[in-house]
Amino acid sequence: MGTTDVPVLRATGVTKRFGHVEALRGASLEVRPGEVHALLGDNGAGKSTLVKMLSGVHTPDEGTIEIDGRTVRFGTPRDAQEAGVETVYQDLALASTLPPGDNVFLGRELLKPGLLGKLGFVDRPAMRRRAAEELATVGARVPSAVVPVSALSGGQKQAVAISRSLIWGRRLLIMDEPTAALGARQTHYVLELIKRVRDDRGMAILLISHSLPDVFEVADRVTVLRLGEDVMTAPIGDCTTESLLGAITGATTLGARKEAT
Amino acid sequence: MSTTAESGAQTPAPAQNPAADRKAERAQKRAERYESLTIAGILLLIIVVFSVLAPSGSFLSLDNLRNVALDASTMLILAAGMTFLLIAAGLDLSIGAIVVFTAVVAAKVMAALAGDVTIDVAQLNHPHLFLALLLGIGASLLVGLGWGLVNGLLAVRAKIPAFIATLATAGVILGLAQVWTGGLNVQGAPIQLQEFFGLGSLFGVIPWPVVVAIVVTGILWVILGWTRFGLRTYAIGANPDSAARAGINVGRHLLILYVLMGVLAAIVGVIDLARFNTASVSGHTEDALAAISAVVIGGTSLFGGRGRMSGTVIGALIPAVLLNGFVIMAIDPFWQNVAVGLVLLGAVYVDQLRRRRAQQG
Repeated sequence: MGTTDVPVLRATGVTKRFGHVEALRGASLEVRPGEVHALLGDNGAGKSTLVKMLSGVHTPDEGTIEIDGRTVRFGTPRDAQEAGVETVYQDLALASTLPPGDNVFLGRELLKPGLLGKLGFVDRPAMRRRAAEELATVGARVPSAVVPVSALSGGQKQAVAISRSLIWGRRLLIMDEPTAALGARQTHYVLELIKRVRDDRGMAILLISHSLPDVFEVADRVTVLRLGEDVMTAPIGDCTTESLLGAITGATTLGARKEAT
Repeated sequence: MSTTAESGAQTPAPAQNPAADRKAERAQKRAERYESLTIAGILLLIIVVFSVLAPSGSFLSLDNLRNVALDASTMLILAAGMTFLLIAAGLDLSIGAIVVFTAVVAAKVMAALAGDVTIDVAQLNHPHLFLALLLGIGASLLVGLGWGLVNGLLAVRAKIPAFIATLATAGVILGLAQVWTGGLNVQGAPIQLQEFFGLGSLFGVIPWPVVVAIVVTGILWVILGWTRFGLRTYAIGANPDSAARAGINVGRHLLILYVLMGVLAAIVGVIDLARFNTASVSGHTEDALAAISAVVIGGTSLFGGRGRMSGTVIGALIPAVLLNGFVIMAIDPFWQNVAVGLVLLGAVYVDQLRRRRAQQG
């Protein structure tokens, strides 16, 4: 491993209990700068719990999370955002009746300069312009002015959610099953989008996915969670469909655990 | 993996090209304009019909228009607050009860503080008139704020569905007002309140209650359409979870909306007291539903996330104009209920169509 590279994200020994249920039992994960890192696991393996920890929705019971080598504690989603970690949720978290411009800046609206801004007046033209620019740089063509998000295609909605994250995210983009609800054409579009974000922006991406073809297409490295623990981390080149499925289902022994990368 | 510049050009953007984008945008704008025009057109049509049919211009006379505006003013204030609540996917059925309760508060406080008429009985001069009016209005607004807070805490913090929570508080608030007053209307507020405010006019032209309604609605219109608070109101109504994950404090925002509604109801309570010099305990039972119909007639969706204040203004004017026109033309005024009901049905049907179209899109 390139030891000079401080990982963008390092989660170590993260544990989370909900009542008697131990959703995470000392899971560790490391995302390096500029890589697409896939997080795999069966239902209930702890993927979404880990994501919620990284995006500030939950706080871990034990274990540490480091961003760029600094230990952080996220109490709210806003804390994570301020540390440069943005999350594109599976349901995209868009306000369907609002146009893309308003959505991209939701919660962090641009205000008019001067007194009007102090009174809370929003600068809609600026928000729409910057949203359109951002969408253009990720290569998405989306009518940005007045059409509500509900009228967009699945891929366009994804592009709006990703653009929102890109405007604010600096270090890490977490994407929770971005292609789960999409058809083949839209899936291809979103995967190209992910590659472009990595290549153009040098942003690290943590991709939570169920789809092995997606993972083989865009991921650089893979971590597999099972029963709340990380059972395997490897470069995608060292993986086969069989080895990944084995790690996900537990068919292979834990001998493969944390093989040297 | 192709290089970045190329991949930008090669990746197919799904389903759209620039021409189609512009077309969609134009269609959207046209649909919105058409919609506002439709409801404004209905109002205009009603006005034209009454103007033509009513005897010798009696409908369009300045006096009559003032009457219409006066009748619409309190409903406009309530409907403006309800517009915020419905857009945020909230609801308040207790506003009529709050109007009654706060009118009683204002009347009782004023009657208690104004003092006996000692100096000049003919002029009804109270020794503490100004103080009584000030504290009466202040107490009324505070109590309205308090009831709004109760509604908000029940609907937002206790997570009782707003429909049930405010239906229950409507009973509680109105019941308490009746217990307090023994079910009788409250009199004894200084006559000056009615003389100078309730029946008075700005420059002798615009009745003061109408001025208050215009100012209040105007401020709320600007807030809804141009500020961060307004934008977030739409976002919360469209999807509260998304709004929360975007860092918006959804609970606090909704709480503020319920408090605002309570204060607006109290303003109406004071206006009502001023107009009739009596806090009526038996009125206002249909205020909440009337306000909701005005808002929905104006194109605001009952399901949150969509709506406009301009529509609400028209929606509040239509019932007042209808009632006034029927009275002038000596048609049984009960027909107003029938007509408003039909307009409401039409408005909701249009909203349904639009929602279905949006989901298909």
